[in-house]
Amino acid sequence: MKHDDTLLHVRGTARYVRDIPVPQGTLYAAPVPSPIAHGKIKRLDTSAAAAHDGVVAVLTARDIPGQNQIGNIIQDEPLLAAGEVDYAGQPLALIVAESMAAARGARPLIEIEIESLPPTLDPRQAFARGEIIGVPRTFALGDVDQAWSRCHVVVNGRADSGGQEHVYLETQSALAVRQDHGGVKVYSATQSPTVVQRTIARVLGLAMHQVEVDVPRLGGAFGGKEDQATAWAALAALASFRLGRPVKLTLNRHEDVGWTGKRHPYSSDYKIGLTEDGKILAYEVTFYQNAGASADLSPAILERTLFHATNSYFIPHVRATAASCRTNLPPFTAFRGFGGPQAMFVLEAAITQAAAALHVPAAEIQRKNLLRQGDELPYGMGLETDSLVRSWDELDKRHDLKACRARVAAFNRSHALTKKGLAVMPVCFGISFTTTHLNQAVSLVHVYTDGSVGISTAAVEMGQGVHRKIRRVAARTLGIGLDRIRMESTNTSRVANTSPTAASSGADLNGQATRLACLQILERLRQAIAADRGCLVEQIHIDREEVLRGHERLDLSWEELIAWAYARRVPLSAYAGYATPGIHFDKVKEKGRPFAYHAVGTAVVEATVDGLRGVPRIDSVKIVHDVGQSLDPATDRGQIEGGLMQGIGWMTCEELVYSPEGKIQTDSLATYKVPDIGATPEVTVHFLEDAPQQVGILGAKTVGEPPLMYGIGAYFAILDALRAFRPELPLIIQAPMTAERTFRALRP
Amino acid sequence: MAGKSFFLNDREQAYSGSRGALLLDVLRDDLGLTGTKDGCREGDCGTCVVLLGESQPDGICYRTVNSCLLPMGDVNGRHVVTIEGLNQPDLSPVQQALLDEGAIQCGFCTPGLVISLTGFLLGGALISEADGIAALGGNICRCTGHVAIRRAIARLCEQFRDLEPTEGKPSSERIAALVAAKVLPPYFLDVPKRLRNLTEAASTQVPGRAGEARSSIPVGGGTDLFVTQADKLRDAELTFLSQRADLQGIRLKGDVCCIGAATPLSAIEASPIIRRMLPDLGRHFSRIASQPIRNRATLAGNIVNASPAGDLSVMLLALNASAVLARRDRQRTVLLRDFFRGYKVLDLAADEIIVEIRFPIPEADTHFNFEKVGRREYLDIAGASSAIRLRVQDARIVEAHVAAGSVAPIPLYLRNTSAFLQGKPISATTAREAAAIAAGEISPMSDVRGSAEYRRALLPRLILAHFLTLFPERVREEELV
Repeated sequence: MKHDDTLLHVRGTARYVRDIPVPQGTLYAAPVPSPIAHGKIKRLDTSAAAAHDGVVAVLTARDIPGQNQIGNIIQDEPLLAAGEVDYAGQPLALIVAESMAAARGARPLIEIEIESLPPTLDPRQAFARGEIIGVPRTFALGDVDQAWSRCHVVVNGRADSGGQEHVYLETQSALAVRQDHGGVKVYSATQSPTVVQRTIARVLGLAMHQVEVDVPRLGGAFGGKEDQATAWAALAALASFRLGRPVKLTLNRHEDVGWTGKRHPYSSDYKIGLTEDGKILAYEVTFYQNAGASADLSPAILERTLFHATNSYFIPHVRATAASCRTNLPPFTAFRGFGGPQAMFVLEAAITQAAAALHVPAAEIQRKNLLRQGDELPYGMGLETDSLVRSWDELDKRHDLKACRARVAAFNRSHALTKKGLAVMPVCFGISFTTTHLNQAVSLVHVYTDGSVGISTAAVEMGQGVHRKIRRVAARTLGIGLDRIRMESTNTSRVANTSPTAASSGADLNGQATRLACLQILERLRQAIAADRGCLVEQIHIDREEVLRGHERLDLSWEELIAWAYARRVPLSAYAGYATPGIHFDKVKEKGRPFAYHAVGTAVVEATVDGLRGVPRIDSVKIVHDVGQSLDPATDRGQIEGGLMQGIGWMTCEELVYSPEGKIQTDSLATYKVPDIGATPEVTVHFLEDAPQQVGILGAKTVGEPPLMYGIGAYFAILDALRAFRPELPLIIQAPMTAERTFRALRP
Repeated sequence: MAGKSFFLNDREQAYSGSRGALLLDVLRDDLGLTGTKDGCREGDCGTCVVLLGESQPDGICYRTVNSCLLPMGDVNGRHVVTIEGLNQPDLSPVQQALLDEGAIQCGFCTPGLVISLTGFLLGGALISEADGIAALGGNICRCTGHVAIRRAIARLCEQFRDLEPTEGKPSSERIAALVAAKVLPPYFLDVPKRLRNLTEAASTQVPGRAGEARSSIPVGGGTDLFVTQADKLRDAELTFLSQRADLQGIRLKGDVCCIGAATPLSAIEASPIIRRMLPDLGRHFSRIASQPIRNRATLAGNIVNASPAGDLSVMLLALNASAVLARRDRQRTVLLRDFFRGYKVLDLAADEIIVEIRFPIPEADTHFNFEKVGRREYLDIAGASSAIRLRVQDARIVEAHVAAGSVAPIPLYLRNTSAFLQGKPISATTAREAAAIAAGEISPMSDVRGSAEYRRALLPRLILAHFLTLFPERVREEELV
């Protein structure tokens, strides 16, 4: 356990960005947000604020030495608004003061005149007006138009899912320190150190090597710090650069929830057709993604929505279309699942409706249409595992789904005011960045002369245990104890051109790179020993910190070996790169092999609805998930449980409310409610056995995002309970299923 | 005023700053103790929770509190324990349980969990999982979804199930047991004496008497005031009512129960007097905020805050309570149902404070219930709520008081519903008729916690829920569908 972050956490000694002792002379920065969602800036007078006690400067777009541009995929987002404001909360200016209180206190003194323009909040409205980011995209398989006539039942409908606030407990934070060479060093709470570095260089007109970004660790992120940490780091850097003093910028909870991006709300139309015996023949879906005011990561998220339009099912005829629609809300962004959950929600709605039309349980249709090994997905890749079907059957074997249903039905017969519901949720999630070039990583491994090991990679530790997994990889590869290995902070000067720690890829990519770097060092050591002992390199091994020749112990400990090797001038550092092999995607044909593999599993969710008060509750969730050969079972279990609960929150109690003017109404933890300990259902997790994995690191499959989508089952379990009250109830597909929606569904 | 100081972990800490500054900021910014985290500044996440120890005749009583809402004026003379003050060379059983059960991911909530679980073990009751879960009701963990945390609680409960309940015994016994079990560092044993010396030396502060002109702002627990007005209060003149002994405590006078205005909610919940009178009140109180908030929030603070959603106000209205108001030269008593006059408008003069809340002691034939629906079961503000107090003789209601929250500009006493119920038999018909009358008495509005239509439809269902909960033998589910 030594050197594990959890040891620091449990003692409260782990430092997050905002815990770093600030250098002498540090200033504090408070952004000035746009008060309205859409308008033209007529006047921005900062003089009164600048004269306020303790205020050192008020910076606006005019003070940006380089480009006023922080857009990552598409350059469409200014750091500080100039000319027009596109969402409430958009930064207009930055107040820099001797204290945070002085900076925030001067905010009301900023004089702003904005000519108000009507805001667009609805993605369908934006689509109709042609407010589309990029171009709509379509994934297709078979011939959907011809297939309808062969269907026994065809149903269609509309499905809406709401956004979701990340509620990473550590709010956005950065500390920028101008360096003697004219550049800046920035401690940033980001998942994407290189994006922050590149953006700051662009904004300040510097070369990238003048900008160092360091990430100690994150207090949660879940995608919310993939692109959305950049603005705050860039603002702190701008102020430090202009004023020559260190500048700290930390958002408080209201600012963070109010101004930063969240999971995209989607509105979708679907049509599904099935044969008489429940085979899905055709599926057509159109996704309207509410992207907010600028692109952020929306195009990539939209793409993943299309990749997962058919989730875990084989459907021979599919047409899925998606458009990213520009609205006047803070730019929506990455959130665990990255567009996948929104797609899967729609298909589950379609299946539920079709099951009702066929008068069969949804689970029958789900099971009948599960993807099997070799089945083709609409994007051209086949499923290369049999784990999906096996996970369903294992779940069935362990919990007897039919018996569960019978038990629920019996309960419902004997209760007039309380009903239970069930839903099964299979998940098939592609692993790799869908932006192919991001699937690369480098690792820098130092072995110090005392035998201790320090590793730097692109992986940012945010609670997902990626550092623990990388340490395991290094320990196993070098044949030494875990306690000798420490992970360094993620730093752009040590490891350059980092891909974001995202897409569930952190452990795979950085673990592989670390393995390669360790192998280099190991190889050098083995060669040196072989040369010294006059034997073949192949005979030399290191196991449990001891050197072996064949099975013979050479009485040379790891520490002795390293001291000896150093004296022999064997290089004890290595830097290695890894790129996921065999992945490609043709965006013209919309076909390819975008994923290294698929992570799969199945869950069954049970819910109870209190029909008197209209309150839903999730009782239990049972999961069988394929983690391959887990690198760290406790970590994987934690990821599955935590992801599940975020999914349940998204589907039930977590609701973003905006005013008609486009201002968020749920900008605090008093109004935006995430699941608490009282809402925790009984959760059982079983790892699928005998699930060999060739592609992942050391036989492991990654587990970051996929479990979130088990939470979708919560919505349909509640729906199932609602229909137990009144089978004729119309199917309402509008997530989240809050207490109010549950109540209204019962009493329409 | 004399220099002030308090005990911070294992040492005395002088403090000369503003009394309205918040403990969280002093810990993090002035003292560099960054183990206590800043997550929301409104008591909704629990990353800032610390233990606050108060000298009592038989030792120190420790409670969890949100340091983001705790003004320094209320820290004076007390013992503050942060995560740094619980660390020992080896991990404590609490820390070990969290670690072993995989209850730590990003770690930002972890110090708060360690504090809350230690506070749970410090409580005097028999160790139970339900209490452990309740103790963490104010701690949000976004990473684990609390599943692994529940495992850690179960493990701790197993480990400490033999810990003898110390209710009615000196708190020092439990502390000694926890020091022996290495939950607490040994310095805890010396704190009572050292704190007593400190308190005696520093007890120069004479808090304002009831009746003083109110030039300064009275602060109860501050759990609402500091959410909305922390910046304004930092340098304001404040009177800390929770330090006034004359405003504390629960006693019976004839057939009336009197509760001091500054009594914290947790003291009411734990009071043997209250438990005897209203055995289910503890369960109802669990729906109010979180344990750390209830450890600070005061009875009168919850009332004068005048929130239409105020859970306690709704309960007290149904208990037919009165408020005793005091100013310099006189006292007066107002029925609570007349005290709320309009949205945030009270029958309270600028120089008056509430000094006591009184309500008639419930007779043996009294039935009391509280219903609340929000987005989340715990630590949430009501979308709608209702409390009822009925006296029933021979299956007939002889006295009724019904109140509702979040359905009007004020915590609402349902006069018509209460009057209607008088003399009615306990039946589904009575429940339905009462619900219909209640629906006509309310004037809900739409806000972020629910639409007006929803609230209008929900409140009558809560009236039905009262009857189903209180009289399951006379009102059947099927009759209320």
